[in-house]
Amino acid sequence: MSSISIFFTLFFYFSVLIFITGLSYKIVQYWNTPAPLKIPIAPAPLTKPGVLLRLAKEVFLFATLFKSSKWTWLFGWSFHLALVLLFFRHLVYFWPGEIPLILLKTEPLKYAAYPLIFGLLGLLGRRIFVDRVRYISAPSDYLMLLLIFLIGASGMVMTFANNHPNMLLVKNFAEGLITFNWSELPSEVIFLAHIAPVFFLIAIFPISKLLHGPGIFFSPTLNQVDNARKKRHISKWAMQKEKNTKIDLEQNQDEGG
Amino acid sequence: MPNNSIEKLPTYLEIPPIKKNSMAGKGPFKASIDIQKDLGFPGEKVDNWQQIAIDKIAETKSKYRSVQVFLDSCMKCGVCTDKCHYYLGTADPKNMPVARQDLFRSVYRRHFTFAGKYFPKLVGAKDFDEDMLDDWYNYFHQCSQCRRCAVFCPIGIDTAEISMAAREVMNVIGVGQKYPNQILGKINKIGNNLGMPEPALRDTLADLEEEIEEETGASVKLPLDIKNSEILMVTPSADFFAEPHIDGLIGYAKVFHQSGISWTLSSYASEAANFGMFIGNYDVMRQGALRIRKAALDLNVKRVVVGECGHAWRVAYSFWNTLTGLGSGGSDEYSLKLQNQLDSNYPQPQHMIEFTYDLIQRDKLSFDKSKNDHRVVTFHDSCNVARGSNMGDIENGQFILPREVIKAACNNFSDMHKSTIKSATFCCGGGGGLLTDDLIDLRIKGAMPRMHALKQSEQDNGVNTLAAICAICKSQFSKVLPNYDFDPYMIVSVHQLVSDAIILTKDSET
Repeated sequence: MSSISIFFTLFFYFSVLIFITGLSYKIVQYWNTPAPLKIPIAPAPLTKPGVLLRLAKEVFLFATLFKSSKWTWLFGWSFHLALVLLFFRHLVYFWPGEIPLILLKTEPLKYAAYPLIFGLLGLLGRRIFVDRVRYISAPSDYLMLLLIFLIGASGMVMTFANNHPNMLLVKNFAEGLITFNWSELPSEVIFLAHIAPVFFLIAIFPISKLLHGPGIFFSPTLNQVDNARKKRHISKWAMQKEKNTKIDLEQNQDEGG
Repeated sequence: MPNNSIEKLPTYLEIPPIKKNSMAGKGPFKASIDIQKDLGFPGEKVDNWQQIAIDKIAETKSKYRSVQVFLDSCMKCGVCTDKCHYYLGTADPKNMPVARQDLFRSVYRRHFTFAGKYFPKLVGAKDFDEDMLDDWYNYFHQCSQCRRCAVFCPIGIDTAEISMAAREVMNVIGVGQKYPNQILGKINKIGNNLGMPEPALRDTLADLEEEIEEETGASVKLPLDIKNSEILMVTPSADFFAEPHIDGLIGYAKVFHQSGISWTLSSYASEAANFGMFIGNYDVMRQGALRIRKAALDLNVKRVVVGECGHAWRVAYSFWNTLTGLGSGGSDEYSLKLQNQLDSNYPQPQHMIEFTYDLIQRDKLSFDKSKNDHRVVTFHDSCNVARGSNMGDIENGQFILPREVIKAACNNFSDMHKSTIKSATFCCGGGGGLLTDDLIDLRIKGAMPRMHALKQSEQDNGVNTLAAICAICKSQFSKVLPNYDFDPYMIVSVHQLVSDAIILTKDSET
């Protein structure tokens, strides 16, 4: 195998390793950190199905974002939706063995690249031209958008400008990563410029603001049922305090009697 | 004196371009050594404050999922930037919710994250130095913890949680705010925020009874410390002396009188307000709540009802069950004892609005609505009620019930613009421990968005009365209404409207 193939193969595993360990660490951390108080934010659902519906509306439709800023919603939602569609479009390359029929019919999904670029440019424009958003933006906020832009643009050049690398090589390389049956990757610069930022993005997921992905599910303002009067909600550390103040109740009795 | 000038209101509420450092400064008055020590905090800024602060951040984020998740999950989309009344009123970019959080987040990133440790410039991570601490003190005391930003955040990030955590960290290193901490000292010693002792309270209540009898001919009582009453009424102490609050208290008394249900106030727990929430300290908040539990047990009441106070209702509704077991569902000794004593036919605790609404629904109260005909009323949704609680256990009940109570007592009601009410309500500008004269400039500027909506209602619908169910809102509005060319007496308690229109039975002796 060429050194460049070895490099990218290792890069992939390195990124996936960071992704899996880092993300597991964060999820376990969120899971284990108690939410000691009921802090659902209005309009708060009073039942569990209500909470599930709320989260579904947030995750699939970005309902709150729609309420907050129509432009940001349009850019953000089309960008995320495009990412999901393009993910499915790429599954065919990685699928080991016989490819399910459905994955062979994903060709039209390639057009999701347009809303992807549209959304990214919108978000970038907002960051540059709205003074408030410019103020809160760190270099990493721009770089993150540029990185994904690079992924989208290189993908589009390959797909729509007839610069395909050898697709058999792509398939063998990608499938090889999954099946540990490694093979050479196409060494066209445009292809490398496509996958390098993807691998990099996978690596930085658990150490960057991309954590908003898992974060939304753990957000107590969104995932709590508004039923504090009906059901006692208490964390372990707070329960411990309760036990340490047994004396309170006895004082109540003494003075009450 | 900013308080004498009339602020000009814009025709349209516009998002101002950022004006860096327009609210930079040293923040509100700092707490004295004695005040800090009373609460168990260091009297002055400790020498190794930076290390202690970092340790406290570590502890806080390990105890509060909100803090940990919110610090990690902001993608800087910026849709919160124009949602804060303090930003709209001051244009200082550090009053944009995300920028306020970023004061905390940049320190978190620097000390707790890989990217912040090795690439601080890239991700906006910053050291916790003196300048940063100054910014913390200044800008975390320009947040009223109203949670309007959280309503609009796609991830549900609640700046109030971050601002509470920041204040807790600052208290632990000995940098506390005078106003809330001094008040917390009083409640711990005397039982209410005013430091009003039992004899003074008893006199006040007796005077009020006399006043009501003179005015109405009905012997409406305001009982204090009566054991075995049906209801313990816990209300903000401002209701005992401040205008317009006191007319609300008279309203509660009249409603209780008509209901025929026995009730009592407690001199031991003569305060519903709980500033422990503002400083983000679980123990201090719990101490305040435990006073009420003790009063409920000592007085052997069957129900606990809470008066008109925004953050008190959030603490009571959302936190009391957690803090004290006052509510249903708990299985520990304390909870069981309370459940055994309190009447499970009613929600515990209950809001006075819920109590009055329930009587109205059951046709137990009659009103002469014409008594309020000189008024065109609008309702200010107080942030803690609107965004942190519920009433009536129905979806959006906290918006429906107060309006229904007002409409039962008044013929003319008109809501302000829909983008400024209910869950999107604008803070009065004085919540979250900022109701102090040393922050008057901020309070006036922060009230601007609410005043703007009110002005529109005045022009379009002839609104001349602003009703609220929060002691802080009432005090804040009394103070800042004149700055926007309004009558300071246009702010009333919802139960003042009830009080003015309710028809009393004169021979009843309750």
